Amino acid sequence: MPRIIINKDKCKGCLLCVSACPQGLIMIEGGFNLRGVKPVKFKPGGKCSGCALCALMCPDCCIEVYK
Amino acid sequence: MDRIYSHPQSLRDVPTHYCPGCGHGLAHRLIAEAVDELGLREQVIAVAPVGCAVIAYDYWDFDCSEAAHGRALAVATGIKRVRPQNIVFTYQGDGDLAAIGTNETIHAANRGENLTVFFINNAVYGMTGGQMAPTTLLNQKTSTTPEGRNAQFQGYPLKISEMLALLPGVKYIERVSLGSAQDITKTKKAIKKAFMNQIEGIGFSLVEMLSPCPTYWGLSPCESLDWIKNIMAKEFPLGVIK
Ligand SMILES: Cc1ncc(C[n+]2csc(CCOP(=O)(O)OP(=O)(O)O)c2C)c(N)n1
Ligand code: SF4
Ligand code: SF4
Ligand code: SF4
Ligand SMILES: [Mg+2]
Repeated sequence: MPRIIINKDKCKGCLLCVSACPQGLIMIEGGFNLRGVKPVKFKPGGKCSGCALCALMCPDCCIEVYK
Repeated sequence: MDRIYSHPQSLRDVPTHYCPGCGHGLAHRLIAEAVDELGLREQVIAVAPVGCAVIAYDYWDFDCSEAAHGRALAVATGIKRVRPQNIVFTYQGDGDLAAIGTNETIHAANRGENLTVFFINNAVYGMTGGQMAPTTLLNQKTSTTPEGRNAQFQGYPLKISEMLALLPGVKYIERVSLGSAQDITKTKKAIKKAFMNQIEGIGFSLVEMLSPCPTYWGLSPCESLDWIKNIMAKEFPLGVIK
């Protein structure tokens, strides 16, 4: 199954990926990262299509997509 | 399992100093992807601006120079004329390209220099605290127009791309947006075309990108993208200008 890997400590918590994912599979994680911001994470159990829209919208190149 | 998306080789894998949701990060990445895809990494020379992107050379992993505020096209002219084998581009904000550097911009375009220009229009001076830029919209609040830009006192949003398109030396100008995934895909195509024009010797090519500055627009990153789509792109229509 396709999947994404989010570089949590690079994430600035802008949430552009959250609104880009057509399936709503990205969410705020809760804790803080090394930058002191609340990073995002992939929703546990979500079924990613590998469309890469989240990665396309990330201004900080935090998301890798595997298919 | 194949990796279908990761950061381009021409972009260092380091955190940037940009605010969350800033368009500079998107623009840097798209340019780096285009450089990689066109195989230009050993040939390209960027000229960085003064503005929030002043240390773009810390992020791009190819040769870069810096120019004094607004003078990127004068520096790029010198580099291209002594090193015509290199692909030279400038990366400039609206304050840089269309305020302090208007003179250098117009004359490089009028000379028809075979250069590529990436013009990041975020309708404010980001680096210095969100002051009004020439491209600030009417009624847009900035730190120097707290009541909103008023045409009577501050004039109108400057359409420098349309003005430059009048010059015979200019071969290609397109206005694109970083406001949605679809627009970002179009932006990448325009960036590649502007590089190809230089490679093929066609001449002066400029891509204006409508780019979010959530911090000085006083909007969230997502709201900023909506603002580009619903408001900014009405004043600065997207498409090929020349
Ligand atoms: C000769 C000179 N004048 C003024 C400044 C102050 N200054 C630095 S950046 C800037 C404007 C930057 O705005 P823009 O080009 O739109 O870039 P942005 O930060 O919005 O990306 C100004 C006026 C300077 N650095 N040098
Ligand atoms: S690749 Fe597509 S489906 Fe998967 S998380 Fe990203 S936007 Fe959502
Ligand atoms: S778009 Fe990038 S920086 Fe923004 S929240 Fe998503 S992963 Fe983090
Ligand atoms: S001030 Fe605006 S242009 Fe500058 S880094 Fe922040 S969001 Fe980007
Ligand atoms: Mg600006």
